[in-house]
Amino acid sequence: MRELSEHILDLVYNCIEGGARSVRVAVIEDSRADRLSIRVSDDGRGMDEAAARRALDPFYTTRTTRRVGLGLPLFAAAARRCGGDVEVCSRPGEGTTVSGWMRHSHIDRQPLGNVPETIVAAILSAPDIAFEYHHEVDGRCFTFNSSLLKEAAGDLPPSHPAVAQWLRAHLAEGIGGLGRLQAIGH
Amino acid sequence: MSETKALTSLEALRRLKEEAHREIHVRESTGTKIIVGMGTCGIAAGAREVMRAVLDELARQEIEVQVTTVGCIGMCAQEPLLDIVQAGGSRVTYGKVNPEMVPRIIKDHLVEGRPVEEWVIGRIIDM
Repeated sequence: MRELSEHILDLVYNCIEGGARSVRVAVIEDSRADRLSIRVSDDGRGMDEAAARRALDPFYTTRTTRRVGLGLPLFAAAARRCGGDVEVCSRPGEGTTVSGWMRHSHIDRQPLGNVPETIVAAILSAPDIAFEYHHEVDGRCFTFNSSLLKEAAGDLPPSHPAVAQWLRAHLAEGIGGLGRLQAIGH
Repeated sequence: MSETKALTSLEALRRLKEEAHREIHVRESTGTKIIVGMGTCGIAAGAREVMRAVLDELARQEIEVQVTTVGCIGMCAQEPLLDIVQAGGSRVTYGKVNPEMVPRIIKDHLVEGRPVEEWVIGRIIDM
């Protein structure tokens, strides 16, 4: 993965495959704490404590198509090499929350990258899931909720060119409007 | 202010919906589907950009087909994978797809019905 937004797409795909009906993504950038946090939570099948612990182990997976899991361990590696870590909280039948954080100014921190494209791909992958994306930059917030899309686009599918283009533009404008992070430490 | 903007953009989307509404049943009746592999292996190999290229090319050529994704199917070394499924026809899988390959796959395979054989890595007949 070259971008954090690709990790986000991967985490959201875990939610989809875990039977989620709603998925919430939060990205929080804080210059004072020099921290970038990413949290992905769902109301899917969840895992027991032992499975949640093993979820960060690259050689653990419930899939049958491949013998290694990889997704979460890759995200954990990206966080740990930038002075951060990843936590997995899960309860069977209630859902799972994956939280990762890292030093915002760390030289090895991957760029956030193309978040709108990640959201387009996530919504295309599971059009019936209620999807929320929340982004904060030094306290300024942008929130997108897929119910907006449903309400306005109705039965037009998200893969319709006009809808995908609108969504991309809407998200780029919202996230762009958050402005840049203040210089770290000021 | 951003709220006003969002409302304006939502209005724009509603208008798009009105314009596009008539075309939907055409898409539903063809049953053609494009599927991009979006497991960890797919994403790491650039599947998101392949999907972007698919959406852009469909928009450019004004073609209506369903676009969706699938998780890991076990052919990780061949990712990004792109499948074209045609109703009553076959399911054709392309491997190691990059965005530059997408316009030709759509033009030759989807529009003209000739799969790009040198990029095909799998095929299931009679879905």
